[in-house]
This record gives sequence, structure tokens and C-alpha cells, in this order.
Amino acid sequence: MKNSLLAALLVAAPLCAQTYVIKNATVMTVSKGTFKGSILVKDGKIAEVGEKVMEPQGAKIIDASNQYVIPGIIDCHSHIAVDAINEGSVSVSSMVDMRDVINPEDIAIYRALAGGVTTANILHGSANAIGGKTLPLKMRWGKTAEEMIFEGATPGIKFALGENPKRAGNPTGQAINGQTARYPATRMGVEDVIREAFNNAKAYKAEWDAWEVKKTGIPPRKDLQMEALKEVLEGKRYVHAHSYRADEILMLLRVADDYGFKIRTLQHVLEGYKVAKEIAAHGAGASTFSDWWSYKVEAFDAIPYNAAIMQKKGVLVSLNSDDAELMRHLNSEAGKAVKYGGLSETEALAMVTLNPAKQLGIDNRVGSIEVGKDADLVIYDKFPLSDYAKVQKVLIDGNIYFDRDNEISGRGAKQAEKQKLIDKEKQNRAPQGVTTRRGGQ
Amino acid sequence: MRLLGILLGCSVALAADTVVIRNVDVYPVSGAEMKGVSVVITEGKIADIGAKIIPAKGMRVIEGKGLRVYPGMIDSGTELGLSEVPAVRETVDTGEIGEFMPQLRALSAVNPESEHFPVVRVNGITSVMTFPSSGGGGGGGGRFGGGDRQFISGQAALIHTDGWTWEDMAIDRSAAVHLIFPTLGGRGGRGGAVPDSILDLIPGGGGATGFTASKRTYDGQVAKITEFFEMARQYQKERAAKLPGFKPVLKLEAMMPILEGKVPLAVSAARASVIHDAISFAEKQKIKIVILQPRDIAKAGPELKAKNVPVILGRVLALPQEEDSPYDGAFTQPAEAYKAGVKFAFGTFNNEFVRNLPYQAATAVAFGLPYEEALKAVTVNAAQIWGHTEIGVVEKGKVADLMVTTGDPLEISTQIKYLFIKGKEIQLVNKQTRLYEKYMSRQ
Repeated sequence: MKNSLLAALLVAAPLCAQTYVIKNATVMTVSKGTFKGSILVKDGKIAEVGEKVMEPQGAKIIDASNQYVIPGIIDCHSHIAVDAINEGSVSVSSMVDMRDVINPEDIAIYRALAGGVTTANILHGSANAIGGKTLPLKMRWGKTAEEMIFEGATPGIKFALGENPKRAGNPTGQAINGQTARYPATRMGVEDVIREAFNNAKAYKAEWDAWEVKKTGIPPRKDLQMEALKEVLEGKRYVHAHSYRADEILMLLRVADDYGFKIRTLQHVLEGYKVAKEIAAHGAGASTFSDWWSYKVEAFDAIPYNAAIMQKKGVLVSLNSDDAELMRHLNSEAGKAVKYGGLSETEALAMVTLNPAKQLGIDNRVGSIEVGKDADLVIYDKFPLSDYAKVQKVLIDGNIYFDRDNEISGRGAKQAEKQKLIDKEKQNRAPQGVTTRRGGQ
Repeated sequence: MRLLGILLGCSVALAADTVVIRNVDVYPVSGAEMKGVSVVITEGKIADIGAKIIPAKGMRVIEGKGLRVYPGMIDSGTELGLSEVPAVRETVDTGEIGEFMPQLRALSAVNPESEHFPVVRVNGITSVMTFPSSGGGGGGGGRFGGGDRQFISGQAALIHTDGWTWEDMAIDRSAAVHLIFPTLGGRGGRGGAVPDSILDLIPGGGGATGFTASKRTYDGQVAKITEFFEMARQYQKERAAKLPGFKPVLKLEAMMPILEGKVPLAVSAARASVIHDAISFAEKQKIKIVILQPRDIAKAGPELKAKNVPVILGRVLALPQEEDSPYDGAFTQPAEAYKAGVKFAFGTFNNEFVRNLPYQAATAVAFGLPYEEALKAVTVNAAQIWGHTEIGVVEKGKVADLMVTTGDPLEISTQIKYLFIKGKEIQLVNKQTRLYEKYMSRQ
């Protein structure tokens, strides 16, 4: 029944990309200013942007008078659309991949769409110092798992520092909640695990590099755990590192320096404002919450000015959700960067569009409204950096994946279908009750 | 000077510790806005509002041109002062052990030095209901001690977000007694459990997890609550009879204001069927109730309206109740409540998000709630529901809980320029602004 209900919720995905002209909107391009004008969407791409654009024969006109268009929102930290998040039984689980557990039927995808999210970086959890492999997905609701994958995007790997990875450890060696304690139990141990892993990965890479030169004899043994870390050393896989406190952030940057790799993004990075200079110098991006704080000790020095301070000190900053609910209003989360720390509206909007696109290395495709980029667009009824704004339409690759009017008008039919399914189920079950009674006589 | 004032037909503000905000636009919430007037604050109260007020010498005068005055906002569901860091048990004082604990007072466990108070008040939240256990999941509610198995968690207090001691902060030391109503197929009115639509499907199925078993457990729990109330009633009779040898029992003594209808029972009840049972229970017991965190207003609305039961809506920025609920199911709850004619205020039910109370209200506006109603739900409605109409509006004679803003307080970009709690000007600083200053200055 669950699947039937889900199917009822599916929006029929368009077969081929329609040509659209979004007219008379306030266009917030993020990279090239904000103006009143129109956007031509053709073959899934942004074909023209300007005060006036061509209106080709057969193009569908979307009148967006008094409305706002922004680039599709990119959430740099999400755990939706997957069947599993944490492989926490080992301290280094770089052999597992979120790609293998994509669930395209997760209703959270549709809800994220309805909140203007078009791309999300799907991360492994934070149970271990080095977690699983990660990848960005486009929120192509109704498509298969394979079709949701952001084509050509550099994959990632999750690291985690601080309270979460040490939670499974116990300095006394005793079991915790019936589970055998796992090293590490302290921040010192977390560093050691990462150093150890890269120590091994360097040796592994050296073996392979040596063999690649000659390509004769027996190749080294393939080690899937090491393979992902080798890719990190080669710059082919981005490190997204869950972190809170300034000390652990600095530790990871130094470990990375020592082993010659880069931290692509520090995730959460709630005390990033304390070491913004060092983060900027390393070249790491920072992806943080707008105002979450106090839920645990390492979040007690979190401040809503974090994003603004880091940005002002030269760090590439994005705002993320890590949460299926928060994900639905990243537009107003960006608004908080204006309130706390006084960033400009464009700078704030960039933190949920162009900046995460850069952090994920997909800014050639998405993140701003520019000719040639994917037509991933969100139309709001009001100024988008506010909770007064509602998403009206969402396009991905030039196809409409969310349309509030259709959503509202379709509800009656969905409700009727659900009722039909429930009635049918009741009917199916009724005779069983009768049988039971008879059996009792 | 005074004479001059009279001669000119103006009133003159007096008193040494008086503050006058002049040329300001006043949004009283209770009535129409007044443009370009003066607000006089003295001895903790709003002494005067008017166009022709001349400040006396020595008064603090705040130029309010281009600014607005609103009543300070009220969050009707928090654990402020009782829970600092939810993950650290030592910092959490919600959710005591024991099933029926009406004698517990949230107020006396409020830590006035909690870092949360300065954080929430700089966003204009000047008073809150603080609960002995919010029953709301996150934020510490019911996560420790006996909270998860509790029915009555204790007395909630209405407090200011500023004060030297909890006595100083108290507006009402016992504004409500908190009952967590049981839920079919689960516990505690927390909105989890088996959805109604699924329960409807189960025609009396057996087994430990089936409908029959769940219903039996639920009925047993409701019976337990009834039993406790009957015990309290019996006690009330014995107490009134003043029989020799009568000994006060604190637990039951704490129930007297409830039975006498002097204090409302705040009932956590999410689903329509549970709300219905809670209302029936209150009717039988002839007590006043307020429903906390209802989730199914479309269904429960007519009955709530008919029985005149107010509600405290939980987080608007929340996921829909069920997998196939409309995506905006939580966003539209306030609009549904308004359409049904139900009286409501907002609560955030998580200390971390108290400061976002106005933005929850704004989301409700985006999804159909008239703006004025959203503003009322964070101010005057809360004051009325908790029986303290001396706060929640900007009117002469009311407590001077005021925020002076650059614009609409529900809009994220709006800044608060001045804040008054009980007439005292509050410095707009906290741990977070201090860290901001400190680390911005790092070279």
C-alpha cells in the first residue's frame, strides 16, 4: 500500500524538455546582479537572460510578474534519499558508498523540491572519523536512483571529528549499550585514526604508482578502503569533514597539510569563526548552520554570526541543513546571514546557491542564473530571503518538478485515490474477521 | 515645566527613571497603529502614549523616527532556564521521575543566568512559558529522568526573560499544570505513534502490537489519569470538610487550583482523536484546558472552537505529520486554526529555536494566516490564554515589555534597536555577540 500511496504522490515527469520563457520576474542571478526581466529556458539549459529575451515559437510562457527567480538551492549537507546513513562499526568506513543506498522514493525529495532545493550533497553520517563515500544528487523526483545522480560531479568522502566519532569509544574499554567499544574515545584518537589511515593510504598509493609505471608483473592487491583515500590524495575525491570545535578544525587542516591533501569543505564548522584565517589559508570551504546551537557541548560556542565572520575573513561559505525539515527553507536561512553579520542579500543568497556549487565543484553547471548553465530555477511569490516567501515552481534541467498550483489542485484526486485504497484494504480485510469469528464458534 | 505643559494642552512625562521614545510608530497589536507618537515608560509600566508629550529634563529620550514599537513577544512553549545543553544531563532539569507530579514547580529550577535568556531576548522575546517537561521531543523534554513515562510533569511558569532571580522573573509562578495525554499506539501526545488513517484500517486485530492491545493500554492510561483526578476530588472534599486529622498532601494540594478552575491544565495532545479524548476528559472533570502542540487542526478545529479550548501551536517549520500528508501540512496549521475560529498562540517547544518564534509566525502568514493574527499569536493571544493581560500589548498602564524595531518583527531582516523588559532597558548583547566582537577583531 505504501508504494501505491507514494506512486499517487509522484509528479509525472516530463518526457522531453519544454522551452519556457519566465517573464517579468525579479531575477536574482547571484553572479550577475538582480534585475527585472526574463529567462529563456531551452533544452534544459538557460539560453538567454535579460530585460527582454527571445520568445521562440511553441515556448510556454510563465508569467512571473511580482515574483522572484533564483538559482536552484543547493544543500551541501543532507541525508535524505538514502536507505542508510552510518556504517559506524569501524573507525574507517571509506569502502562504503552512499551511491549504493539511494532511495529515489523518499518523500523527503519531493518536500525538498517544494522548498526550492534542486541539488543536495548526500553525505554519510558522522559516526566515525573517516566515513563513507558521498555524492551530490539532483532532486529529480520520479526518476530512478541512477538518474538522480549529478552527472560528472566529483564524488566525496565524509570525515567526522569531535563528539560523534568518539561517542562509540570508551576509555575503559567496556562495552557501551551492549556494543563493544571502538577506538577512538578522544579527539586525540580521532586524529590518530586519520593519520594512520593516510599513512597507510600513502604507502598503498606508492605501491600502485610504482606498478603503474611499469605495468608488468602482479599488480598490488586492490583495497577498497584504501582506494577511496588514494583518490583523496590524488584530488579526485573531495573531503567533507564534520567538525565543531576550533581545535579539531585546526587539527584536521594540519593533518591534511602533512599528508598533502586538501579539505574541500568543513561541515557544520560551528567554531570556524575562531580559526577563519587558518581555514582560508588552507583553502577549505565552510558549510555551516545559520543559527543552530546549544544542543550539545561542542555546539555551545556556536554563533549565528559564524557564516558572516568566515566570509569576511576570506572563506568560501555555504549554509546547509543536515535536516529534512530545515532543508525546505534554506532561502530564509540565508536571510539570517543578512540579519546576523550584515552580509548583502546577494552574498547571503550565494550561500545557498553559488557557494555550495563551488564547494561541490559543480559551479560550471549550477548555482547561478547564467546563460549555458542548467535551468535549475526556483520561482518565489515574494522576496525569497524571508519566511513570507513561498516556492511557486521549481525547474531542474528545464523541467518543472514542482508546481504549487498543480500540487494544490491535485490534492483532491490524491485524497480520493488514498480513500479508495483504504476502502479496498478494509474490504480485503473484512472476510478475515468473519473467518476468525466463525473459527471461534 | 509642568505648568507649561498644561498651558500648552500637553501632558508632561515625569519621574526620574523615565524613558521617552519619541516620534515613533506604535503598533499596539490590540488596536490601530499610531504614527509619530511618544511612548513614556516609567516604573516598569507604559505611563503614556500620545502625540503631544513633552519630556521633562533628565529623562532619557530615544529618538524613534523611522522606528516602530511593538509589544515584546511571548513564546508559549519552552523549557528556558531548565535546559541548557540538552545532550548533557547535568544541565537539564526537565522530566522528573514520577507519573503524577503536579507539585513540581518549573519556576524554582529556572537558572536566571542561563545563556539562553540573553540569546532569545535580543530577538524580542520578552516572556515565555517554561514547562517542567515540554513533551515536545527535542530540547530536552522528557528525555531524562521519568519524563518519558510521565502524565503530569508539574507546574509551568510564565516568566520574563530578564531578572536577577527566578522570583524577579516570575509573571505567574503557576500559569498551568502540564499533562501529557497518552496516545494510541504510543506515548505522550508527541505526535508519533500510529497514524489515525492506519488505525482506522485495523479492525480489532489481535497481538501485542495490534489495535486491541494498543487500545487496551491507552484506555488503561486514561483510566489512570481519571483515577488520579478522582483522588484529588476526594481530597478536595476532605479538605473542605476540615475533618480532624486531615493531613495535607502536596501532590493533591497542587491539584486544587486545577479543580477549582483557577489554573488551566496544559495538555500535550497531537492527534485529533487524542484531542477529542482530552476535551471529553476536561468536560467530565469540569476543568479548564489548553491544548499543546495539536497537529491535526483541520479535524480537531470544530470541536476546539465549540468547546472554547485554546491551543498552543507547536513549530510551524516542521515536517508533515504523515508520509503522505501535504508537504505544507505543518505550515498551514495556524491558518486552519484561524479558519476554525480556534484561539491560538505559538510555542517553539525547543530552547534552541525560541529566538525563531517570529519566523515561525511569518511562515504561517506565507501559508494563509492573516498577518495581524500571526502577530497576535506571538503577543496578546498568549497573554490572554495564560491569563496575564498586563503584557502582550502596547497600551497605557500595561507592563513595559517593548521592542523598538526597524520594521516588521516577523521579518528576518528586521533589527531590534531597543528592548525593554518591565521598563528596564536591556542591553542587546549576549554570549554570541561577545564572541562575534572578539573574533571579528582577531587579526
